[in-house]
Amino acid sequence: MASRTAAATQSPPIPAGLSRDQLLEIYRYLRLTRTLEERLTALYRQSRVVGGLFRSLGQEGESVGSAYALERGRHRDFLSPLIRNLGSMLVMGAEPVQILRQYMAKAESPTRGRELNIHFGDLERGYLGQISHLGDMIPVMAGVALTFKLRAEPRVALVYIGDGGMSTGSFHEGINFAAVQRLPLVVIAEYNCWAYSTPPAKQFATAHLADRVRGYGVPAVTVDGNDVLAVYEATRLAVERARRGKGVHAVEVKTYRRKGHAEHDDQHYVPQEELERWARENDPIDRYIKRLVDRGWAEDADLKDIDERVRAGVDEATDACVDEPVPEPESALPAVYASPPTAERLWFRGL
Amino acid sequence: MAEVTYLEALRQGLWEEMERDDRVFILGEDVGIYGGAFKVTEGFVKQFGEARVIDTPISEAAIVGAAAGAAHMGMRPVAEMQFIDFISCAYDMLTNYVATARYRAGLPTPLVVRGPCGGYVRGGPFHSQNVEAAFFHTPGLKIVYPATARDAKGLIKASIRDDDPVIYLEHKWLYRRIKEQLPEGEEVLTPIGEARLAREGRDVSIITYGATLWKSLEAAEQLERDDGLAVEVLDLRTLLPLDDAAIMRTVKHTNKVLIVHEDTRTGGLAGEIAARINEQAFEWLDGPIMRVTAHDVPLPYAPTLEDFVLPQTDDIVKAARWLAAY
Repeated sequence: MASRTAAATQSPPIPAGLSRDQLLEIYRYLRLTRTLEERLTALYRQSRVVGGLFRSLGQEGESVGSAYALERGRHRDFLSPLIRNLGSMLVMGAEPVQILRQYMAKAESPTRGRELNIHFGDLERGYLGQISHLGDMIPVMAGVALTFKLRAEPRVALVYIGDGGMSTGSFHEGINFAAVQRLPLVVIAEYNCWAYSTPPAKQFATAHLADRVRGYGVPAVTVDGNDVLAVYEATRLAVERARRGKGVHAVEVKTYRRKGHAEHDDQHYVPQEELERWARENDPIDRYIKRLVDRGWAEDADLKDIDERVRAGVDEATDACVDEPVPEPESALPAVYASPPTAERLWFRGL
Repeated sequence: MAEVTYLEALRQGLWEEMERDDRVFILGEDVGIYGGAFKVTEGFVKQFGEARVIDTPISEAAIVGAAAGAAHMGMRPVAEMQFIDFISCAYDMLTNYVATARYRAGLPTPLVVRGPCGGYVRGGPFHSQNVEAAFFHTPGLKIVYPATARDAKGLIKASIRDDDPVIYLEHKWLYRRIKEQLPEGEEVLTPIGEARLAREGRDVSIITYGATLWKSLEAAEQLERDDGLAVEVLDLRTLLPLDDAAIMRTVKHTNKVLIVHEDTRTGGLAGEIAARINEQAFEWLDGPIMRVTAHDVPLPYAPTLEDFVLPQTDDIVKAARWLAAY
């Protein structure tokens, strides 16, 4: 305890108005994201994950840093993640056991086995599950932000889009509508260098995603997406301006997708040395640890302690759900509509 | 009672719901100061303000997507497609996002997408379409298609109040052609999912909706006058979900069925209706289930071409006569 106090007094001030506890909380979310995905990889290899597995390896920093800039809690800010933003959902309060149940298609999963992976939402905690059609969540989140504006609530909606998803019509329609309406929407534009196997050069003709967004009159900054605190700080400013009625803001995060599109993808199209360089020199968690320790904001022991607690939590969540039942077949029928509540069971099933 | 057009009835319904419930708002192209291409929302922006009557960019996907997001958050958006032909630009948003939201994620998505549809108005290939078949195949959506002024009002009000997403198809040929006495100071609501028997008869049933309701009624009168036939006409009003009970009732009453729709033939709703009758009332049939529909071509512009492609009263008369004699 004594050494910790000493370190705190000698170390440079913590940026972005964060407290030491918040720095450690950010670290916990980063570690949780990675540990949970590693657990999912193990479950995938055991064929316990029903469908594909999508990793955010290398992008945990921008997911956690951006979401951490929101006001969290019941009926506060709102976000919609993409497939590589597990970290953002965890920050908003998604529980590891929910993620595990989703991937394993359990009856008790948030979508009761109806949807895949992290495609689920929670209106109270403030996140909306994406659908697979990239770009669609931009108009939808514009509608969420429009509601905040119509009700004069000081709330902000945040939505992610990738370097591939930004090629969709929905993205452009949605951001333009939101910009025209000056909605409290923050767009996190993820430049992660790969849309499945397609590099940015085949996706768009500008250098930066921010350049594309500025054409809509949307202020945009570009930050190092693997610097958690830089992402946090840039998003915080964008969120604050959006909350003050200054309209749509964008933050471009430069990062790198270090795994294939999904676990089945061997990334043969990616230069091996490029992958190794990003892993060796630019891992967002390694960089964050180094910064925390070098500046004296945390000690190795603090971080090891968090690692252990995260691992124990993921173990516990896995144990809690791995043997749970899958949904009853007939549970496929209810709730297509509010009314009628249940779809008709077809006649031949009664023969 | 006051005589109102189909368009005015729709307008009244929208207005009343805007007054009744401040969660209701309108968004679409030129719906504000211009009042919409057909003036359905004329005067709305003055009464309800720009926040609740939102002029949007030409972006159907954004209009429907934003409506969905707002609906999740507790609002009751009514999105206008300037012509229903342009709803195809929001097809992904409607079929993949809106229609699945409740099932996938338990998300309430009470929104209405409405717009002028249909031909007989020389609108050419892109201002005359009937789009019901494109959405009929999507679980999670509801589709209503009023043919009368009363239902234009009753169904827009019911659609706004419904907890599911509803596509409301309004026929522009009926906008100012159909006039009806509607009660004043009394709630006009048409329940979603209920067909209406528009004419009773014993010889042949015509199952139809939209503009062809009026052509079918005209045909029925002619057949009564010229052939002494009593033709029953069922106005479906809601296309999704179909009112199977009403359909089977009329089948069992006349034992002969002619399905009439303005939409093209292949993959049109008549096929599904015929299949249901086959499954549920096969033994009640005294003849084949027949269809009168548009030809399978994009709708052409020239009056001679459009009139040839679309089903006309005379086509219905001939088909019903043939079926009655079967």
